[in-house]
Amino acid sequence: MPKIKLPTKSPRIDMTPMVDTFAVILIFLLLTSQMRSPEPTSVDMPFSISETPTPDFNSMTFLISNEGQVFFNVDNGPDTLLKFRREILQEMGNQYNIEFTESELRMFEKYPSPIGVPMQQMKEFLNADMSARKSMEVGIPIDSTDNQLGMWILYSRQVNPAVKATIKGDSNTEFPHIKKVLDILQEKNVNRFNLITNLEAVKINLDEIQQ
Amino acid sequence: MAEIIQQEKGGGGKKKAKKLLPHMDMTPMVDLMMLLITFFMLTTSLSKSKIMEIMLPEKIRDPNAAPPKISASRTLNILLGPDDKIYWYPGGVDAEDYENLPPVIETDYSAEGIRALLLDRNTTLFRTINDFEQQVLEGKIRISQDSVAASISKLKSDDDTGPIVLIKAYDKADYGNFVDILDEMNICGIARYTFMDIAWYERQMVERAAGLPITPATAAN
Repeated sequence: MPKIKLPTKSPRIDMTPMVDTFAVILIFLLLTSQMRSPEPTSVDMPFSISETPTPDFNSMTFLISNEGQVFFNVDNGPDTLLKFRREILQEMGNQYNIEFTESELRMFEKYPSPIGVPMQQMKEFLNADMSARKSMEVGIPIDSTDNQLGMWILYSRQVNPAVKATIKGDSNTEFPHIKKVLDILQEKNVNRFNLITNLEAVKINLDEIQQ
Repeated sequence: MAEIIQQEKGGGGKKKAKKLLPHMDMTPMVDLMMLLITFFMLTTSLSKSKIMEIMLPEKIRDPNAAPPKISASRTLNILLGPDDKIYWYPGGVDAEDYENLPPVIETDYSAEGIRALLLDRNTTLFRTINDFEQQVLEGKIRISQDSVAASISKLKSDDDTGPIVLIKAYDKADYGNFVDILDEMNICGIARYTFMDIAWYERQMVERAAGLPITPATAAN
């Protein structure tokens, strides 16, 4: 008897369900996450039990590096049409006698990450390309003779009175660096701060501790 | 890759036009999806960072203004020292008696260290808040979620048994210590705490306790 030959079928896998799964994951990721904007210095944030989320607008952020360099960031306000950043830069330009062109103002308005450039180099910084910018960021001057950070605070609050100070620091930064920024803020009558932290769960049982 | 296309041998003499379902190869699409997912996973941060609110006392601009008076028996001074150490002493320092500075007690940021101390001092208030939260959870007190926080802050401001904590940071302390101690205040439900500049004698107390060279008192201090 002849052997029954089964026709060799090609192993065909239907990829459609897999595509569906991936599409779902992709959409989930797109909706739940926000883009991580590049930061001029990497900071290792301290932990706390606070569960208040970071506000999306009306905040000015002071990024303090390990060496005490200060980077400043402020948002455009609750509506992008308000263009607060642009106004703040214009005011700063008036203060330091720098005239910014339309394209420079637009560049500053759209700039996503904190900036740590002295005003004197700001024009050059905004016109430079990405790779050249990194070396120009030396931190905003905070000496009492040239307190540009104070000016940034002053004009940010003038342009957007609802703005709140947010401090983002590395947990290993020596405290005097932070203290300097706190002092400048208090000089400008800002007494309420937000400290950016990572969430850490702590559960305590009073009876256990007392025994 | 996933599909090996094999030509079917045409058997028989008559060619029959086979009706095939239009089949689409999804493999490249899967590849593309994988790539996109990987890209988004790497460039985004899922968990939003949190904020901790803190209010500092207003700077007294008038040099002749007297600092606010607080009762020494409830005061707890916490000095943030170098190397993740805390030095604390109760009460105040007598302005006339700088020769006899009170001894400081060393502790750390662990649950057995500063937290045990704070909870010990703040037991009454902590228990009140804890009981309140428990009753809300069990449904014995029916209030809306929004007013829970308001009720707790009311409990805190009505309290007059807990310590008044004055936090002072020595120069060698770091930012992590600062956040940790404020966090500890929130954990222990301390109603009254504030952050202050360190005084010259307190700096000396830390230096003496930590075995560091002592900075002499200057006019600036």
